Amino acid sequence: MSNSYVGLRAEALESLLIEKGLIKSDQIDQTISLYNERVGPMNGARVVAKAWKDPEYKKRLVEDGTGAIEEFGFVGGQIEKLVVVENSDSVHNVVVCTLCSCYPWAVLGLPPRWYKDPAYRSRVVKEPRKVLEEMGTTLPKDKTVRVWDSSAEIRYMVLPQMPPEWSDLSESDLAERVSRDSMIGVELLGLDCSA
Amino acid sequence: MTILEDGEFPLKELQPPMTNGEVIFEEPWQGRVFAMTILLNKAGLFSWDEFQSQLILTIEQWEREGDKSEDYKYYERFSDALNSLLGKKGIVAGEELVERTEEYVNRPHGHDH
Repeated sequence: MSNSYVGLRAEALESLLIEKGLIKSDQIDQTISLYNERVGPMNGARVVAKAWKDPEYKKRLVEDGTGAIEEFGFVGGQIEKLVVVENSDSVHNVVVCTLCSCYPWAVLGLPPRWYKDPAYRSRVVKEPRKVLEEMGTTLPKDKTVRVWDSSAEIRYMVLPQMPPEWSDLSESDLAERVSRDSMIGVELLGLDCSA
Repeated sequence: MTILEDGEFPLKELQPPMTNGEVIFEEPWQGRVFAMTILLNKAGLFSWDEFQSQLILTIEQWEREGDKSEDYKYYERFSDALNSLLGKKGIVAGEELVERTEEYVNRPHGHDH
């Protein structure tokens, strides 16, 4: 129930926009459904799984993320330019938006709450290893950590490393195992047998 | 200061991601404000750059002046930013919005909608 002041203010705004003919109530419902059902990290997971299975696709994805995801035809974009940064044995990538909450919606859906939190936004740039550790991910000491600051123009997604034990899985099985957090770069895949 | 309290970051529970079962809006009004922003942008009333710039200003202002004793509430800032932008653009004047909100605040109980 929206009994809070901001909730009532949102309701007031909606009624004013409808009266001014700028918005229809059912459009709002449709937009919410769209984001709830069709836009989410399962899209990014499909991209990652394809890249793991198809080296040619991976090459295209890392060179031109925006172009390489076009063939999936995801909706709900708002992505001017998507840059996919690849994790390797020597480099681990982490994504943040230090100024607000820029996030690659088309491939990851809407950002989780902690991504928008001032503490994550300011700290992950300064002490990424410590922040990741607090989130349950310990990075090998010999890995270089790169933090990518998103903007309205450029959104980043991490291409995580595929755990070796997953190499026999099909693309669709792989897609089911790629977590949202691994694509933001705050989690490593395959270290937990429960996956 | 730790970023996350226990239970606030249910990392394992959110997997697998393809179910997309995470709660993205904690309260319905947040989803509606988000959707209104998308629709108004699509209708050409403002660009994403404009919205983003306003959001940055609004968040900075809160970080400078906001009440730090309360939790940071992202969608409240998002909603503030939308209202400010609509005010600046003369689409919905601030006074108009306050007036309508007050009407709703004073609405008798049991008279929703």
